[in-house]
Amino acid sequence: MTSDAVATAPLETGTEAVPSIIAWRDVIRIGLIGAAIAIYLCLVGIVPVFHERQLIAGVITLGQVALFGSMALPGAFAARKASTLRDALLTGAVAGLITGLAVTLLVVVGSVVDLRVMFLNASPELYSMLTMGMGTAGAWIPAVEGLLLGALAAGVGQLPDRIRSPLVRGLLAVLVVGLFAGLLRAPLLSAGLGSLSAVLFTSDGLTVVGAVLVFSVVVLGRVVRQRVAVGERIAALPDERRQQLRIPAIAGLVAIVLILPLLLGPFFAQVIALVALYILMAFGLNITLGLAGLLDLGFVAFFAVGAYTVGLFTSTAEYGLLDIPFWLAVPFAMLFAAIFGAILGLPILSIRGDYLAIATLGFGEIIRLLAGSNLLLPLLGGPRGIINIPKPFEVPSTSFFSGPGQIYYIALAFAVVVAFVAWRLRNGRIGRAWIAIREDEDVAEAVGINLIQTKLLAYVLGAAFAGLGGAVFAGLVGSIFPSSINLFVSINVAAIVIVGGMGSIPGVALGALFLIGIPELFREFADYRFLFYGMALIGMMLYRPEGIWPSGIARRELHVEDESQVILAGDTTPITRGGMS
Amino acid sequence: MATNAAQAPSGRLIERVTELAIQAFLWAFRIVVVLIVVVGSILTLAQGRYSAAVWVDLAITGAALGSIYALVALGYTMVYGILRMINFAHGEVFMAGMFAGYFTAVALNNMGVLNANPLASIVSIVVMILVAAALSTVVSLIVERIAYRPLRNAPRLVPLISAIGASFVLQYTFRGFFGPGVYAYPPITILDGKAPIPFIDIQWAEVLVIGSAIAMMIGLYLFVMRSKTGTAIRAVSEDQSAAALMGIDVNRTIVTTFAIGAALAGAAGVLYAQLFHQFNYFVGFFPGLKAFTAAVLGGIGNIPGAMLGGLFLGEIEMIGPVLFLTGLGVPAANQLKDVIAFTMLVLVLVFRPQGLLGERVTRNRA
Repeated sequence: MTSDAVATAPLETGTEAVPSIIAWRDVIRIGLIGAAIAIYLCLVGIVPVFHERQLIAGVITLGQVALFGSMALPGAFAARKASTLRDALLTGAVAGLITGLAVTLLVVVGSVVDLRVMFLNASPELYSMLTMGMGTAGAWIPAVEGLLLGALAAGVGQLPDRIRSPLVRGLLAVLVVGLFAGLLRAPLLSAGLGSLSAVLFTSDGLTVVGAVLVFSVVVLGRVVRQRVAVGERIAALPDERRQQLRIPAIAGLVAIVLILPLLLGPFFAQVIALVALYILMAFGLNITLGLAGLLDLGFVAFFAVGAYTVGLFTSTAEYGLLDIPFWLAVPFAMLFAAIFGAILGLPILSIRGDYLAIATLGFGEIIRLLAGSNLLLPLLGGPRGIINIPKPFEVPSTSFFSGPGQIYYIALAFAVVVAFVAWRLRNGRIGRAWIAIREDEDVAEAVGINLIQTKLLAYVLGAAFAGLGGAVFAGLVGSIFPSSINLFVSINVAAIVIVGGMGSIPGVALGALFLIGIPELFREFADYRFLFYGMALIGMMLYRPEGIWPSGIARRELHVEDESQVILAGDTTPITRGGMS
Repeated sequence: MATNAAQAPSGRLIERVTELAIQAFLWAFRIVVVLIVVVGSILTLAQGRYSAAVWVDLAITGAALGSIYALVALGYTMVYGILRMINFAHGEVFMAGMFAGYFTAVALNNMGVLNANPLASIVSIVVMILVAAALSTVVSLIVERIAYRPLRNAPRLVPLISAIGASFVLQYTFRGFFGPGVYAYPPITILDGKAPIPFIDIQWAEVLVIGSAIAMMIGLYLFVMRSKTGTAIRAVSEDQSAAALMGIDVNRTIVTTFAIGAALAGAAGVLYAQLFHQFNYFVGFFPGLKAFTAAVLGGIGNIPGAMLGGLFLGEIEMIGPVLFLTGLGVPAANQLKDVIAFTMLVLVLVFRPQGLLGERVTRNRA
């Protein structure tokens, strides 16, 4: 009888007599995964290191956000299938408690055994932070936190969407504004609004007033938007009206991009100059990787050729050969990089995709090792590099354009040119050939596309733009060393294109902003930059392989049903389902 | 119409000419490489700067390094054979083994076991290898579960990118756990000094590395060829769906393959540390890349090929720079040993993609 009752229970939810079933195994599993994540965040150092950064002054730090997030999320996740509020709170609390208990266990174990002989971050500061300064006596605190946060998150999950959505968005907004506080404060200060800035921001976070203000603005805005339904109104507009609306929006965006360095001041100008440089290079790789589908992990090889060409041609110091102006050297940088691209590309372009990636990775290393070797020391200066590379425009050092501001505009201008070239090519015959090759080489060859030549063109173009990026880099830094030629340049650029969206120009720009801008802005992130990169790459491949802002084609091809997935899988010998073909 | 007719042949002509130019370029490339190798070797030998003992010494170091490459390469090759994917994070699995072995060695040293007597030292080394193999296996299985399994039927580049991501996550996780500093294994006294083998100058550490690598490889070969699980692995890499129809648990076989490859890599990590002593979180990357080169060299998917490829690459890396380059007057030729290894990778991919022993798989039309 009981088993019958259990089996039919889901049909009778709402009737008081039958106790609802909770899938305790799932809840415990989610709790344990949460526990693993929480311990990981503590020991890998994210919790203690980010704890040094105030999000809301005196209230909460970034490290606490990470810790509390790892406790609340299992709660929300465990409760997502619960049918009643009571069940939701119960499951959420249990999942959160398991996570919290694991942290408690960490504190207890840490007070008995010195974990620091292995894990550098298992320091007294970590334990003190986890127990709110109480030490071992406060070991119970994380468990209680987990219980409460898990239940709270589960409860929020049960709220009607009308209330939950503004609430969640408001909290996210506080998090984002708090993260970017330094960036947002700079224009206020340079505009002479120091007093306003002091009300809202501390040196690296929000004030309590600021946090409340941001939260209420976002919540109110969200509620108003729900009432007024802005999105639906825009969608309901006729096409021409929407087009008209888009023009001022784009114009506004362009204006902001153009005055950005003026708004942000010198430190941030350096950061955005780097972002602009990476946008330029990512647009270049976007042709090779995004359009033609060639995963080039040796991008830095051509970057090096461009940078060293500019160095050799323009430097006024030792190893400088010609002492010509920057602008005369740039075409040579691109030309030499393109020639290198052809020389390196010709032999390897018949290799299949994943092997090509490794082979190009090898090229990047070969070039780096050669640049620093004694063999080329008389020519390239070995580890001492080439110094005294002149700025593209010689302006008085008091001028705003003497520093990174200049490079920002130059890199941006070049990026626009590269994007334009890529866009024109994509819509032409050659672009369609690239996309055909990316989709299926065999079919592309069958319809008469010459594989090697078409791929070579994409590779050489990417190389030329990498050379351009290297040239601009040399102008930005004013010197070039073998240590600048490292694998991480290649990885950065490839990650930008992949995370942003292969083949998509706005996506790639966005990718550069995320992957270069954010880590540069937060010194706390410096050590964890590549950890987040790796997670972003895996997460993207798992959940959104087409990127943040994909091009139309990529979106369609990666989100079609099973059959096309099987075709895309190529020769991975997919298991064909019965009834197909 | 007339213009069309005129354009078509001229277009084809251009295509023919470029095709010819490409072929000519590839031949020139081959000739240059062969010339460098042959002329460089002759000049070096003619100079007679190095005695026979030096060459033997280099060959032994090369063999020790090569056996480590071979052990790591086995993981690449087995996973490739079964899933047709490049497990880019395998180098980091190797690094994980090195860390596990290090902490075991430190613990054993603190207990006073590590150098108590020769027997205790040998047992300690075995324990270190076992712990390293176990941790590497755990790491590899976590990576497989999170980053690879959901992507089994995705287009080829997708799992590769995910694997690159996993490689970074592992590196920086270990950096976060243990810091960016350099660790050094506690010295094991019985490995110091030369082995009493006549005419050959060989360190005990090298004996250990070569000996245990050979033992593990023989063990693996027998396991894959004789045991039931080994047969299942070979069946799944031959044809997944047919293997599934024969009642083989494909998923479990894949996991087993990852586990075996990872265990070998973890063991290789401990052995590597006996040769080079110092390491940090980044230590796995380049040996991983070279082990992949070794796997390709031997013919990827081919187990004896990976062993052969590893040894070959180790020898080329140690002997190559001295033999090919010093004769040509290249200063500090040893700086360029990685250049030779990576050039080797490109050469094999271009001119003999099937490797020394394998089938032709690296071209698109497999």
